Amino acid sequence: MAEYKWPEAEKRTLIGKRISRLDGPVKVSGKAKYTYDMNRPGMLYGKILRSPYAHAKIVSIDTSAAEGMPGVKAVRIIQGPGTEIQWQGDEIVGVAAVDEPTAEDAIRAIKVEYQILPHLVIDNDLQAAGDRAKPTQEEVRGDPEKAFKESDVIHEGFYGSSAMTHCCLEPHGCMSEWNGNELLVHVSTQNVSGIASQMAGPLKTTAGNIRVKQDHIGGGFGSKFGPDRWGIETAHLSKLAGGKPVKIMLERNAELMVAGSRPSAFAQVKVGAKKDGTLIAWESKSWGTGGITGGGLPSNNFPYVVVVPNARRQNITISNNVGGQRAWRAPNHPQLALATMAALDDLAAKLNMDPLDFFIKNIGLTGQRAEVYREELLKAAELIDWKKKWHPRGDTTAGNIKRGMGLSIHTWGGRGHNSDCDLTIYPDGSVEVKMGTQDLGTGTRTALAIVAGDAFGLPVSAIKVLIGDNRYPVSGGSGGSTTIGGVSSSTRRAAQDALEQLFAKAAPALKAQPGDLEAVGGKVRVKGDTTRSLTWQQACAKLGGMPLTVRGKNPGPPQELTNVGVGGAEMADVSVDTETGIVKVNKIVCAQDCGLIINMKLAESQCYGAMIMGVSYALYEERILDQATGRMLNANMEFYRLAGSGDIGELVVHMMTGKGYDERGVIGLGEPPVISPGAAISNAIANAIGVRVSVMPFTPDRVLKALETKGGNNARV
Amino acid sequence: MRAFEYTSPTTKQQAVALLESTWGPTAVLGGGTDLLDLMKDDVETPKRLVNIKDVKELQGIHLTKSGLRVGAAVKIEELVESPLVRHYPVVADAAREIASPQIRHMATVGGNLCQRPRCWYYRAGFGLLAQDKDGKPLALQGDNRYHAILGNSGPAYFVHPSSLAPALIACGAKIRLFGTNGEREMPLEEFYRIPASGQERENALSPNEIVTEVLVPSLAGTKSATYEVRQKDAFDWPLALASVVLKLSGNKVQSARVVMGYVAPTPWRSEEAEQALVGKTITEETAHSAGNAAVEKAKDLGRNGYKIQLARVAVKRAVLRAAKAGA
Amino acid sequence: MPHNDEKFKEQRSGLSRRDFLKASSITLSVPLAINQKVARAAGTDVRVYGPGKVPITLNINGKTHTAEVEPRVTLLETLRHELDLTGAKRVCDRASCGACTVIIDGKTAYSCTVLAIEAQGKAITTVEGLSQGDKLHPVQQAIIDNDGQQCGFCTPGFVVACKAILDKHPSPTREQIHRGLSGNFCRCGTYVGLKAALAKMGAAHKAPAAQAGQKGGQ
Repeated sequence: MAEYKWPEAEKRTLIGKRISRLDGPVKVSGKAKYTYDMNRPGMLYGKILRSPYAHAKIVSIDTSAAEGMPGVKAVRIIQGPGTEIQWQGDEIVGVAAVDEPTAEDAIRAIKVEYQILPHLVIDNDLQAAGDRAKPTQEEVRGDPEKAFKESDVIHEGFYGSSAMTHCCLEPHGCMSEWNGNELLVHVSTQNVSGIASQMAGPLKTTAGNIRVKQDHIGGGFGSKFGPDRWGIETAHLSKLAGGKPVKIMLERNAELMVAGSRPSAFAQVKVGAKKDGTLIAWESKSWGTGGITGGGLPSNNFPYVVVVPNARRQNITISNNVGGQRAWRAPNHPQLALATMAALDDLAAKLNMDPLDFFIKNIGLTGQRAEVYREELLKAAELIDWKKKWHPRGDTTAGNIKRGMGLSIHTWGGRGHNSDCDLTIYPDGSVEVKMGTQDLGTGTRTALAIVAGDAFGLPVSAIKVLIGDNRYPVSGGSGGSTTIGGVSSSTRRAAQDALEQLFAKAAPALKAQPGDLEAVGGKVRVKGDTTRSLTWQQACAKLGGMPLTVRGKNPGPPQELTNVGVGGAEMADVSVDTETGIVKVNKIVCAQDCGLIINMKLAESQCYGAMIMGVSYALYEERILDQATGRMLNANMEFYRLAGSGDIGELVVHMMTGKGYDERGVIGLGEPPVISPGAAISNAIANAIGVRVSVMPFTPDRVLKALETKGGNNARV
Repeated sequence: MRAFEYTSPTTKQQAVALLESTWGPTAVLGGGTDLLDLMKDDVETPKRLVNIKDVKELQGIHLTKSGLRVGAAVKIEELVESPLVRHYPVVADAAREIASPQIRHMATVGGNLCQRPRCWYYRAGFGLLAQDKDGKPLALQGDNRYHAILGNSGPAYFVHPSSLAPALIACGAKIRLFGTNGEREMPLEEFYRIPASGQERENALSPNEIVTEVLVPSLAGTKSATYEVRQKDAFDWPLALASVVLKLSGNKVQSARVVMGYVAPTPWRSEEAEQALVGKTITEETAHSAGNAAVEKAKDLGRNGYKIQLARVAVKRAVLRAAKAGA
Repeated sequence: MPHNDEKFKEQRSGLSRRDFLKASSITLSVPLAINQKVARAAGTDVRVYGPGKVPITLNINGKTHTAEVEPRVTLLETLRHELDLTGAKRVCDRASCGACTVIIDGKTAYSCTVLAIEAQGKAITTVEGLSQGDKLHPVQQAIIDNDGQQCGFCTPGFVVACKAILDKHPSPTREQIHRGLSGNFCRCGTYVGLKAALAKMGAAHKAPAAQAGQKGGQ
């Protein structure tokens, strides 16, 4: 059995280089077909009637008018009379019609009578939540009472992250088409291999009858692992319509109301340190909601990254009448980072310490990866010129524009998921990699071609990559930064095994032992003897008439090719207009490790993208729920506001590579860099204006309010 | 959207003949950037759309003896690009910052002036005055972070969403309307009103009337500017806006017009701010006093108190920008 | 008038929901062809289309396309559903996000908020019209080179917006780039690559020798 390993640094021809994504041309030219773009012959357009109320009982439903409309092919009640609806936007009736206008007309023609029930939708008021707020078990480590007594400096503060949504640009949606007992499903999903088994039960069929396809997906961020009720509904409606394809893509308002949110999290925090800055005590009471399912932060995750020896933590989970939370890129981490890093930053300010010095002082509390954090903090500090630009709390320069610096560190696991890969070498030299994975825009396709091409001494263009089909070997869902580890490992294993078999066939022609061969620069040759070589095609011809297919498997837990656990540090430089409360990002830097990098260009893109998403949630994004009406007031892209190209400042990414990093193997990268921007920006604002703005996003109302509480000359013009 | 019939007349006489005399069954289609949103959200459900972009009389920006004549169907981008409008810095400033390039290419001047409020209760189908079943305004019970701080004693609490209107009112512009009974003209300032009931709208337009043009008097001898407070650089609604036109005598303000946007159910002229400026030299301090005067009567509805500060700053900065601007 | 009258004459005549607007102030409605009629307004005849499907003719990427759609159908829906031109995406459907951006008579517009019927007679360019077969427009290549895309769903809208910026400002300033892109939003966060792509295009324009061999497209 071969020993699986990555090539030595000097032998990597593609791995770690800057390679453009393979699906770039189809995406820029508009040719890439997403689920939303599916136009099948005879396709029907599906629509869902949704509850306008946050809490109501369905009394009656009359679909007769809809059913009688010309062009309406199927009407199906999803949740019937008697059902208690628990959130606005919940699914009640599905329809399918020959075109979209007709489907909309049919939805409007359905009459539903509701008995309206009292609702709770706000989440920041524990009093209002009443008995819908449930405390979890208190977690205690060490002796917090004693530690606070021994602390020279204690800081208490309140920090909060508002609930936000995924706002995938391609909304959730699905197209189903029956052909006899066989169901073809196109679905916008992060989980191609896992969808069929989730649909089979509700559809009373077997998973083997369900073919799932997806070429491209327009964003998921953790919200697209299941078929969802509307996806299953497409199959029901298709069946009612005699098997015709039925497509349902969520309207934007539904996408923002029901298709995923990041839970809110508020925390009252108390921290204590010795006067030299040694952090010794932590106490937190946190609360928040992920909607009807409850949620909030796992209290034992406080404080974040830094393991304070004495800690008392409790979380209160609030269930409210809002669609349930979904994993949002690095679930819980951004909220934990905000409350932790902000509390520590405030404590450092109280100690009159530069937070960089404070974090370095306590770096040992980050555990076994302390050295990585130290290197990353120092790298980030160098990139942003921290020592020159940082000043004690409150920019004292004249004028209404105050500038400040803030930092945050983060962590993530990112182990590779289970992944199977079929790699085929054809006798004509062509190579195919096939896997039931998906490319979320992270560059999975490109990574597969890089790994195979690097192993075979071929360019990426020589590798045909087939993904997005559940008939291909099973590969895990793309969540938790598990994809790159899983797919690179299974592909590398397949490639090494395939090469070994190819060498065995080619060796006689080169009068060499298989173990003496190498595949380099489009040739199979004898190591150390450049005169004895075959072109790749000549070597592959030795396979005879049949292609060679090898199954590579990443078994899951980190083995020799992959690893788990990364750090990361980000620093922000912001300006705050103290007259308007408007915060502008001048610059953010990111020093990030992720083990061996497969594609430097796209790794950097992950970080840039995460930092931009971070600016967006730090300054603009908030799901606004209205207790008066039970509605989400900003279920659109006008008032659910995303950062634009002019809002992000200068972004700098430094990937930690080389010794100490590369030999760890491949680790995922999607989540980590999105964790720190909120905390770093929060700290930079506090550094600029001398007062903490407690709740994210840091909109003008909140910034001005914080300035008012501080009083002084900044508060008013 | 619900089904409707579509027509595209070529004269204003045809256009108004195709409109009904009550609100609802017919609607005027300009750039569509507001109307089609309202129709998709089922807030407006017209059975006929009358596209007025093919009416030539509504086009064009021309110099007249007394100033500028801007056709109602002129696109915002035409204002931005027009060399004639550069002599109206207060208008150019406002136009340049409206929405996004795509919107500026599509949306018309008439549409900008007549667009409906972006109040989230109104857009969710609770009516323009957005009252609950007991007649209590939702804006007072719910989330009013973007609602009015002036003119907000009821029954309307929304803010008027036009960036052009404050600028044009500051210029003393008139609006010309055409209906089945012929033409009428009024100061743009008087075109807007706070609706007293759910049956009224926030302007004086009749259902079978169209805006044909805006007449802007010459700003020769004045200094002017618009300043908007907007959180994002990218496409985002302003939180407060102020348009200022100053007539100076030497370095003293002889007369001033100060109009705010996004603060009240109508564009909001502040005579208090104007008075605070008259006779003064423009300095940081006098601008600041004008800002304070502008929000003297402002009232916090609960979550929108910060907008008082933003309106104050908008006025101050517009005054300072105007003072620096060329004639 | 942009409407193709020849086309209508070929339609079989018929009545369609004549009573659609009962309270009409129009003096007379004469059924003309399917789903269209002539109304008498201010002493002249005006055509009224719909509310049912009417034939339309669109000039897209230099080619003539015909479709039958109701007046309520947007240009975006017509492109995507009737003509299988799915490059422009529906994301916000409310003129807020830019994913549906097309160029109409030389100016960018949100096709989600233009009725197909009113887009007749205008020159419409969609993302599909920027490349010729596999030959990409230089800005498309620049976006690939600078990785100005991730999931790619907003990308066609950005490509069109970028092209429009460069048509107007071949060597755009930072300010022109920000203003030009301010009506388009990306969720994955690709602005760094997009801005770099535009900056590179601008630099290449200033130094034409440097871009020898990568001409074409425009």
